[in-house]
Parts: sequence; structure tokens; C-alpha cells
Amino acid sequence: MTTHNVEPILETAGLRRTFSGRGGAVEAVAGVDLRVAAGDIFGFLGPNGAGKTTTLRILATLLPPTAGTARVAGFDVARQAREVRTRIGYVAQSGGSYRESTGREELVIQGRLFGMSKADAGRRAVEILEALDLSDAGDRTCKTYSGGMRRRLNIGIGMVHRPALLFLDEPTTGLDPQARARLWEEIKKLRETGTTVFLTTHYLEEADALCDCLAIIDHGRIVAEGSPDELKREIAGDVVTVGVNGHGDRVVALMAAQTFVREAGIEDGLVRLYVDKGEEAVPQILRLLDSHGMAPSTMNLHRPSLDDVFLKKTGRSLRETAA
Amino acid sequence: MRVFRDTWLIFERSIVLSLRNPVWVIMGILQPILYLLLFGPLLTNIAKMPGFPPGGAFNVFVPGLLVMTALFGSAFVGFGLCDEMREGVVERMTVTPMSRVAMLVGRSLRDVVLLVGQGLIIVILAVPFGLEINLGGVAVAFLMLALIGIMMSPISYTLALVLKSEDALAPVVNGISLPLLLLSGVMLPMSLAPDWLQTVAKFNPLYHAVAAIRSLFNASYGDSEIVLGVALLVVLSVITIRLGARSFSRAGA
Repeated sequence: MTTHNVEPILETAGLRRTFSGRGGAVEAVAGVDLRVAAGDIFGFLGPNGAGKTTTLRILATLLPPTAGTARVAGFDVARQAREVRTRIGYVAQSGGSYRESTGREELVIQGRLFGMSKADAGRRAVEILEALDLSDAGDRTCKTYSGGMRRRLNIGIGMVHRPALLFLDEPTTGLDPQARARLWEEIKKLRETGTTVFLTTHYLEEADALCDCLAIIDHGRIVAEGSPDELKREIAGDVVTVGVNGHGDRVVALMAAQTFVREAGIEDGLVRLYVDKGEEAVPQILRLLDSHGMAPSTMNLHRPSLDDVFLKKTGRSLRETAA
Repeated sequence: MRVFRDTWLIFERSIVLSLRNPVWVIMGILQPILYLLLFGPLLTNIAKMPGFPPGGAFNVFVPGLLVMTALFGSAFVGFGLCDEMREGVVERMTVTPMSRVAMLVGRSLRDVVLLVGQGLIIVILAVPFGLEINLGGVAVAFLMLALIGIMMSPISYTLALVLKSEDALAPVVNGISLPLLLLSGVMLPMSLAPDWLQTVAKFNPLYHAVAAIRSLFNASYGDSEIVLGVALLVVLSVITIRLGARSFSRAGA
């Protein structure tokens, strides 16, 4: 659970990364300040291309920052990369296990590269294979694994050396719902062992279901940070969407003038109203429309989701940008 | 020392993976055999031409074949690395405290072991065709072949780390290895070449390696090409290993 009084295991200040390409310099990470409390599952949510992976690669010592600092487990990622590397695990989107190697071989060599003896690494591999329910597949080459098994193994490789902090880049992208739910369980188990998990995702459900705390990133900047509940509460109240057949602007002007409407806007041709109490607002909205000679074609009331948070902070829906 | 331990770990992993994929091992052995069977006999007649270097046809041909095997056995190793990069293996290992030099040298040593193995098969098979061998000379010749592998494979790995895909790597590797091969006198001795071509060839370290290995097979140990060839390969290997290790330590960037 989020505990802000403990020393953060990860802290960044003004982190920037610029890539120079043919079209000029692109600022992939444009001043990111993050704090991750030890023991949390921290979610880094944003659409593709928002700067999630770039930030993660900086934190995992793979990429030097152009400006700013990042301290992970008490060490500076740029100047003390080696110290950081012994304390973190990193599971890239591309995986990490080689298809011609067996699961056991990958776990053993990873342990040995972290300085374990052959016997210790062997014992640790058995432990991990059992914990991830991969014992029967341990001596098969990775190419024979299902997508979900391969992801589990990759996470296992990342935790061979019992890192204090495990980075997972889009851990469930491309998995079917069962395999995803399965992986979520494994990630939750990590929290019980005291491991801090820092994961990137563009799935709202994932951030909502897994994370104690999350930061929303868009165009290289953090646009919101907090626990999923805090963020949703920030939206304040409920969201009513109304279809009004082309009268959008008129309705927005009308609604914005009402005291029970906190904010009104148009999204996807639908009028979007942020209200304090949805069940009281709906009849009032209907009456108002009726008195102006309009009838809604559709009407929807829902509790704020992380997508509403994202929409409110960026003006776009994450579902569209992620698609 | 961490670097030796890590080098051994990477070497061990790489060689196991190479032997698990026997297609490449078989191809690597079959190719030089085809050269011996289908190209070697042509040389028996050419060897009578004026300008052909001393020694029997196979004593001129086999050293060239060995250098070609060493060149191809190391110039194309970057393809395997592209494959590992795509699966995230290189990135995963970069985020461990392991030695960056070991990432390179462990793989290069695997390449050397495989090409020395191929070379031994060629030499043994060439004896019935008329290759004359003297053990001391052949031992030094194999040391030079190993050095060619140590020199070339870091170049291939560096290119792979920079270009990141087989499609981009193939033309570059071909563009480097083909002129190196043609200007080395591997197929036909450069003594048959016009002066300008011989002058250009002298800038090719493999030209000196081929000349040195021919002398070693003929027991002409006084040939200055031997010292020159070994010295060139050692110096260039040091440079390419440093370059390659640097590329691995920047693999993430």
C-alpha cells in the first residue's frame, strides 16, 4: 500500500531524454519527476509513444538521460549504473529469453551473471520454475512455450537475483485475457515478497487492478499521479454523456451555465458532463433539454474510470490513442 | 576475475546454442569440403603456370581455403547477435553487472573454436589430395586463423549492435568481406596479379595472413610475412576488441 513517509526506492528529478532524428530533435521524456515508495506496485500509464519505455530504459541504466537525475535503490542511474544493476530486475517488452535455450538454462546463467555459484543458481532456478508453475517446461526450449508461459519465464529471469525493484515493460501486451489474469496474480505475489514493481502499461484495467500508485504520462510529461482511487476522485463526481444530434455546441453552452455541472465538453460527438451526483443530474439534464426543444439520442451515466482521468488531463481518450 | 568468469559463461552458453543448431555446423563443414572436391582439382594444372608460388597445388590452395573459412566464419557472426537482440537477450544481460568485454569475447571465442574446428577438418581431408603438412608450421597457422576470427568477429558484432537487423547487416558485411577476400590471394595467388592490384592487396591484412600461412605450410619459416602477418592481426584484434566491447557497453543507448 502507498506509504509516503518511507524513503522512496526510486526518485527522479527533471528527467529528460532527447533523440535527434531526421526531423530534428524529439523530446521523448520532457522533465519527469517521479517518486516510487518501496513495496508498491507502481504503474506508468500512457499511450504508445508517450515516453514510457524511454523513461524505463533510463531508470534501468540502458539509456543515459539528456538532463535531470534518477536515483534507484539509493544510487544514481547514470553515474552508479553497476550498483543500480545489482539491485534491479528488468524485463523488456522484447522479452529476454532466447528461443533456442531452455527455461532452466536461462535462469541459471542469469543467476550466475549476478555472481551466484552454479549450485546456488541451479537451486534458485528450481525455486522459480516451481513458483511460476513452469517445472514441467523447465528443460524444454523457450520456443515451445505458450505466450503466457514465456512471459512468466521472462519475469522469472528478472527476479533470479531477488531484486529490490523489478521493472516490467508492458508485461501483458498481446496476451489473451486468461494469461493476462494469470500474470496479474504473479505480479501481485511479488508485492507479498516485498519486491517493488514498476510496470508500464497502456491498459487502464491493468493499472486499475494491479497498481497501488500510478503516474499518467503523455508527450513525455507526467500529467497526473496518485493511487487509482485518488485520481478518480480528482475527477469529482460522475460523468454523464449525452448524444444530441449535432446540437453539441449549444448544449455545452447551456450546460456549462448550470451550477450542478462542473465541466462540460464534447468528445466523439457526445456531450460530456462532469457532475457531482449523476442520479440527480440526469433528470435535470433531461428537463433542460426538453425545455429547449431537444431530445437526447443517447444518454449514459458512469462512475469515473482511469480513462476519464486520462481524458480530462490530456483531452484525448486513452482507448483511442492506444488502439 | 569477473571478466574471465563472465567470458567463460557467455562462451559456454554460446557454444551450447551453436551445437544445438546442427544445420550451421554441418554447412560450415560441408562448404570447405565442396571447395576441396570441386575447386581444388582445377589448381593442379594451374600450378604449372609461371608465377605460381612454390609448393604443391594444395599447399597453395589449402591455406587460402583456411583463411576464407576463418573470414566467413567470423564476418557473419553478427547475424546470430541480431537474433538474440530481437529476443531481448542482449538488453537483458546489459542490465546485469556482468563484464561488457565478456559479452563480446565470450561470443568471439565461440566463433574461434568453431572456425578452428572447421579448419582442422579441411586440413585432415586435404592430406589425401596431396597437402603436405609439418606440425609446427600448421600450429602457428592455426594460431593465425584464430587471430583472424578474433579480429573479424568484433567488427561483425559491432555492426550488428549498430544496425540491429539482418537486412541492414547483410549488405554491409558483404561489402567488407568480399574485397577483403578478393584482395587476399585466397583463390589464386596474388603473384599472378598485375602490379597495381598487388600494391592494393598489400594494404589488406588478410593478404599478409594468407602469404604467412602458405609459408608456414611450406616450412619456409624465414619468410618475413609470418612476423608481419601475426603482428598485424594482433594489433588489429586489440583495436577491434576494444571497439566491440565499447559497442556492447552502449548497447542500450
